[in-house]
Amino acid sequence: MPPLTARRLWVSIGLLSAGFAACVAVCASIGSTHHTLLDLLRQAPGGETAAATILRIRLPRILMAALAGAALGASGAVFQAVLRNPLADPFILGVSGGAALGAFLATAAGLQALAPLLPVREAAAFLGASATVGSLFLLSSAGGRLLSYPMLLIGVIMNTVYLALILLIETVVDFTRLHGVRLWMIGSIPIEGYGLISGLSVLLVLGVAGLSLSGRDLNLMSAGEDAARSLGVTVERTRLVTVLLASLITAAVVSVAGPIGFVGLIVPHAARLVFGPDHRLLVPASALTGAIFLMAADTAARTVMAPTEIPVGVITALCGGPFFLWLYRRQGGGGYFE
Amino acid sequence: MSDPRAAGDPILSVHGVRFRHHGAAAALFEDLSLAVAPGEFLGVIGPNGSGKTTLLRLLAGVAEPAGGEVRLAGRPIRAIAPPERARQVAVVFQEARVLFNFSVLEIALMGRAPRLGRWGMERPEDFAAARAALLEMDLAGQEDRHLHELSSGERQRALIARALAQEPRIVLMDEPTAFLDLKHRLQIYAILTRLNRDRGLTVIATSHDLNLAARYGSRLVLLHRGRVAADGPPASVLTAARIREVYETEARVERDAATGAPYVVPIAPVR
Repeated sequence: MPPLTARRLWVSIGLLSAGFAACVAVCASIGSTHHTLLDLLRQAPGGETAAATILRIRLPRILMAALAGAALGASGAVFQAVLRNPLADPFILGVSGGAALGAFLATAAGLQALAPLLPVREAAAFLGASATVGSLFLLSSAGGRLLSYPMLLIGVIMNTVYLALILLIETVVDFTRLHGVRLWMIGSIPIEGYGLISGLSVLLVLGVAGLSLSGRDLNLMSAGEDAARSLGVTVERTRLVTVLLASLITAAVVSVAGPIGFVGLIVPHAARLVFGPDHRLLVPASALTGAIFLMAADTAARTVMAPTEIPVGVITALCGGPFFLWLYRRQGGGGYFE
Repeated sequence: MSDPRAAGDPILSVHGVRFRHHGAAAALFEDLSLAVAPGEFLGVIGPNGSGKTTLLRLLAGVAEPAGGEVRLAGRPIRAIAPPERARQVAVVFQEARVLFNFSVLEIALMGRAPRLGRWGMERPEDFAAARAALLEMDLAGQEDRHLHELSSGERQRALIARALAQEPRIVLMDEPTAFLDLKHRLQIYAILTRLNRDRGLTVIATSHDLNLAARYGSRLVLLHRGRVAADGPPASVLTAARIREVYETEARVERDAATGAPYVVPIAPVR
């Protein structure tokens, strides 16, 4: 693939945005009742139910799925570059788990009820994610260098511990609600108000833009920390800024939708195959691809077995697992992952 | 034009530098000083663990000394903004794994980053510089290949092309020819010699190949246990007695009839 040019950057983002809009329209027209966007636009008889279904139920959920997919896709691309590990993603590293534990503790302790207007749950999720990232850096660095594989191992362990803690606390505190937490822990997209959705959208657009602007530094860091330094990157600063931003957007969506796996891992790899490895395009492309992927997955989750819902995390894992294995074999059995 | 070697002030220098590896019991450098004049072709030699790579990292400004100072053209290197430093000093590290499916051309273009605004895209002159560097490194037909598909020698040449695309005043190389075959080994030193002669590029290269270092370097620095054991023209540095002491190897030192450079024939390790 030829190197990135301004033209290819904007054409790709334009095409992805068009795909995103089309996906919103299609997903909004699919559901257990046969209302489509066209009914809404034509103001046909029964248009009011169509409007209610689409605007109050389907659309908020579609947009929430898009936000979650965008955040996980973009932060996965960033974690993989900054930690120099193609297996890094917010779920595997325990960042999602840390955010989930934070959000869960805030809810279980009733903190949200104390200040209903403040984003307490989101703040607690961000604290949990940041604490996880901080511990990851501390535990897996030696002599000022990050050790990639130990970091992955530590992340996997932390993630397992977090999820066990959530289940334990829930069992002790309120046995009857365990089922709900289980669903949340594998990731499911709730129907939220437009207020929360707009707030998250602003956060995400700013976050993804900020991360994309670090794109060239992320390219150089893919070539190694010393190489990046010798090419003029202030590695410590870039790492701090990008990891904090990626954790922030991850935490924001995990606090709402739970720790959805696989999106942050496979979306950047898929986007890299299509759009190339340059992070100036890869970060926004992973955000848009992630949004499209999770919207489609969530639409499948709520329709294929309707009226029973499948947790969206089940769909992403079922699609993601085989895709990842295919990708791994396609790359010559791992030369690319060494 | 005057001979750049005659220029007085050093372009790169270390002054009383102290450095200890993380977790190491003893310091590697206690009080190391060294000055490199503009336009020099300096070979840094020494046995394993003598501090060659660390010296290079300190000179490149990517490692910080615990004491003392590294200066670039008289200014403390830590006071120079990293992109400005990168426009003057390029480095080819020995262990250079590049993640993801970057192509050879993209790797060479990375050398242009210090010359672009933070968010600017590469300009036509950046593509020209990257392609010229690839041409010099015999990689002109390979620009679309992915780095992980290349042989280790091709990969090394791609990374050297990145350094050349930086158009630096100084290039630091850690064992630049370690993975290369005979042809490309000589080719890289020939290119460095030409850039050194024609453009006054200052070259500092570490090497385990004493004969290559002696043939191309105008000056050799022999490191031994974190100290400069010898420093001067190749013929004065490479003596049988010093090789026995520093490398613990019996060797015969001859003179290459064609180049006039000393030529080391190792015989046996000293017991």
